[in-house]
Amino acid sequence: MSTVLTITGLTLREASRRRVMLALGILTVLLLALSAWGFSRLAAESGGTMTSGEARLTASILLNLVMFGFSLIAALGTAFLTGPTLAGETESGIALTVLARPVRRSAFLLGKWLGLVTFGGGFVVLAGLAQCLVVWLTVGYWPPNPAGALALLAAQTTVLLTLAVLLSTAISPMASGVVAVGLFGTTWVAGVVGGLGASLGNEAIARIGTLSRIFLPTDGLWRGAMHAFQDPSALMQFGDGDGEAFPFLGAAPLTPAYLVWVAVWVAMLWSLAALSFSRKDL
Amino acid sequence: MSNETRTPVEPAAQPVVRCSGLRKRYGKRTAVENVSLEVSRGEIVGLLGPNGAGKTTVIKMMLGLVTPDAGEALLLGRPAGDPAARARVGYLPELFRYQPWLSAAEVLSLHVKLARADVSAQERQECLELVGLGQRVRDRVGGFSKGMQQRLGLAVALVARPEFVILDEPTSALDPLGRADVRDIVLELKSRQVAVLLNSHLIGEVERVCDRVVILDRGNVAAAGSLAELLGQRELRLHLTGVTPAATARLAETTVLDHTGDWITVALPADDDAIVPALISDLAGLGVQIHAVEPGRITLEERLLGILRKADQ
Ligand SMILES: Nc1ncnc2c1ncn2[C@@H]1O[C@H](COP(=O)(O)OP(=O)(O)OP(=O)(O)O)[C@@H](O)[C@H]1O
Ligand SMILES: [Mg+2]
Repeated sequence: MSTVLTITGLTLREASRRRVMLALGILTVLLLALSAWGFSRLAAESGGTMTSGEARLTASILLNLVMFGFSLIAALGTAFLTGPTLAGETESGIALTVLARPVRRSAFLLGKWLGLVTFGGGFVVLAGLAQCLVVWLTVGYWPPNPAGALALLAAQTTVLLTLAVLLSTAISPMASGVVAVGLFGTTWVAGVVGGLGASLGNEAIARIGTLSRIFLPTDGLWRGAMHAFQDPSALMQFGDGDGEAFPFLGAAPLTPAYLVWVAVWVAMLWSLAALSFSRKDL
Repeated sequence: MSNETRTPVEPAAQPVVRCSGLRKRYGKRTAVENVSLEVSRGEIVGLLGPNGAGKTTVIKMMLGLVTPDAGEALLLGRPAGDPAARARVGYLPELFRYQPWLSAAEVLSLHVKLARADVSAQERQECLELVGLGQRVRDRVGGFSKGMQQRLGLAVALVARPEFVILDEPTSALDPLGRADVRDIVLELKSRQVAVLLNSHLIGEVERVCDRVVILDRGNVAAAGSLAELLGQRELRLHLTGVTPAATARLAETTVLDHTGDWITVALPADDDAIVPALISDLAGLGVQIHAVEPGRITLEERLLGILRKADQ
């Protein structure tokens, strides 16, 4: 266990020494400032605080949009961090001396993974919380379930970086980042397409979204997070079923079964990664 | 758990590493075909062989970094795949690279932690001084020169009080002073009963410090033994003129290694002391003019080249 924590600490130290934390911090502040300006303009246009249903709908959509930006940054960041820190180290030979110590390969992998989860999850939770505060201060909107929403965002990041970890035990650092982000984008698009299918009543198209959410749960978790961020009345502004077609509103909360599936999915991919890594010739 | 039930082995008798029948293929290419070797406690063993002979691959299989296709390696009495086997092993890889974002001191403390060794900051500092990095302790490894990185690698291999040190081409990036330092370090390890496996292309280095040598060629052990066994053959250089056919016939009774102009080199068996006087008096008796007689010992380099060329034919 101490080995795992040593490697976790090392991974976090790498992220900070390589100025990844600094870069993310600056990006976050920029995005927060931009959204603060946007929301305050919105409040000024509608005259003071926003109380009407329409205004709350706009706030919900805007909040989800900015959150999407943060989750995108977290996803891209961790996916591209995983490649260099895992595949890159085995490729360059840095891992050679570390793994020649009495260190189990799975402990090494767990340490790296924990470090990345802490980093990526920590980022979305902090940035997301700051964003909620910005919205509250500018337009007086507070999401119905911010803790749940932020936890789902962290889970989304974890899912994507577990995939990136698995990929980087098998393929090169660059390829693993590209494939992970590509799949992330693809499931998001599939989710939007599926939502359109559902609102049009086309079962076959709707199934695309459902299947992609099972195959890679990032989009499913993202929709759950949006649902927890947005105002409960937001969906009612749309006609029946039309809310599903809109990419920045979540149609329904996540079911416990889906959350269990996400946990199983992460455990499964992690085990596969550990298996693949322990067989790797360095 | 199973340690208590295992029959205790005499520590002195137990080798630090024992490989038997190791084989490794990468795709269709065979890197190591059949390698068995052993290093005893306190022994310094040289690993020699041409590029691509499989030396590094054998070392990586010993350390559990590469899984062999066949055969097994026991490291300090445990299977190489068991992480605990590596607790008392120091390793300097051929391609040495350390976390560039850490300082030299931080790299050492990381390795001490991973090895779960109890090494004080003072000792770590001494270890860095030993390899000549005493002035660069707080500097980032990313800013180190290649030779400095290799020196750091040496410190990493030595820091956690190893019982067995594996050095894969430890002087490939070092200046002449550094090479001499490595020699001293290896001899100092030997005096503390620490075993060393030294893979190097610098044969002089191996010849000076190693008790035993293993020569690999195309994934197989081409020769192995102590230096005395491998270099048993001595040689004699003669400067002769007026060599008659009878004298040539007499010379042919020995093993003529080389014949250039008036210089003739013959090989001598190690144990027979009477052979040189007999040869000289015979040649003088046959009317040969003897200008010079120079004793020579076969160098490890010549022996190595001889073994590898013979395998080539
Ligand atoms: N990861 C790998 N993938 C494919 N082939 C490999 C790999 N590692 C080694 N080989 C092959 O195995 C053979 C032995 O390589 P190895 O590195 O063990 O040689 P070596 O004796 O250490 O050579 P050198 O003196 O150049 O360091 C070579 O033919 C090499 O091409
Ligand atoms: Mg090599």
